[in-house]
Amino acid sequence: MTDLLSVKNVSKSFGDKKVVDDVSFSVPKGKIVGLLGKNGSGKTTILKMINDLLTVDQGEILICGQKVSTKTKALVSFLPERTYLNPTLTVKQTFDFFEDFYSDFDREKAQDLLNDLGLDLNARLAKMSKGMKEKIQLVLVMSRRASLYVLDEPLGGVDPSTRDYIMQTILKNFGEESSILITTHLISDVEKIIDQVVFIDNGKIILNRDAEELREEQNASIDEIFRRTV
Amino acid sequence: MGFNFNGNVPIYLQIIERIKLQIIRKELVPGQKLPSVRDLSLQYSVNPNTVQKALAELESLGLIFTERTNGKFVTLDESAIKRETERTIEQKLNEFCCSMAELGLDKSEIIKKLNEKE
Repeated sequence: MTDLLSVKNVSKSFGDKKVVDDVSFSVPKGKIVGLLGKNGSGKTTILKMINDLLTVDQGEILICGQKVSTKTKALVSFLPERTYLNPTLTVKQTFDFFEDFYSDFDREKAQDLLNDLGLDLNARLAKMSKGMKEKIQLVLVMSRRASLYVLDEPLGGVDPSTRDYIMQTILKNFGEESSILITTHLISDVEKIIDQVVFIDNGKIILNRDAEELREEQNASIDEIFRRTV
Repeated sequence: MGFNFNGNVPIYLQIIERIKLQIIRKELVPGQKLPSVRDLSLQYSVNPNTVQKALAELESLGLIFTERTNGKFVTLDESAIKRETERTIEQKLNEFCCSMAELGLDKSEIIKKLNEKE
């Protein structure tokens, strides 16, 4: 099986604090991998390195076999924890922006997903609730025909119905040719959609297993196992 | 949306149980086409790979079959369904008898209780 992402012995320090310590894991094609850890465990730092927003100190990160660079950015669709959309724009203008910026943006797909939200395309982002903005951001990210989707805390601080919408949107757009790396500390919410779990604590990987095997072996939910181990 | 999974049990096993039950109850009849993996994944809100695994298992149990390019169908072999029904009844009865035995009831007492029950 081909790995769309492989992280090999990667370390990163800020000053003398090592936040990512010799981390290795991979994301095979067609799989959804959950990178699970508490706040401050190093999850976001790893995602930033995957997206070339931070450089690695040691080790290497390969995306579809290529070393991370501005080139690999075209292969990765990244949902950061905080929104970067311009609040003065309308939804339509935001779509235009994405279409200009990313050649793999599928406008029809985005439109389709937005229809479920019953949203006016001329509405300005500034006037929308936090949950609505998060949904739009996710729609934009999932509407790119990328190889790897990297989602940083897509469920942070949203209500249960928004959470359902987000999960459905992720599942609808995930194909056999792509993979998803998702980080969260709200484990019970993503349990049903992840194939493989990677637990991270204090910058180190402490477990990397198939989700179903782990449940079967421990007779417990991933959430419970996480609480026990981390 | 979907149904509530028990977090402590592998999800594919729970999907197998659910589809099996639908076949036993004739909600899915012999020869009927199953929804696609993608549709089931959305319906249950679970990973498509998990659905795939459950369907592969159901196929090896002989309860469903794949018609190339056409999708998956409920088996036409009624005896396979009957066998699975009997096996499930047996299993549920065992579970029931075990919990009654834990309460200290023997077979005749269980039957007595069952007869008293409306």
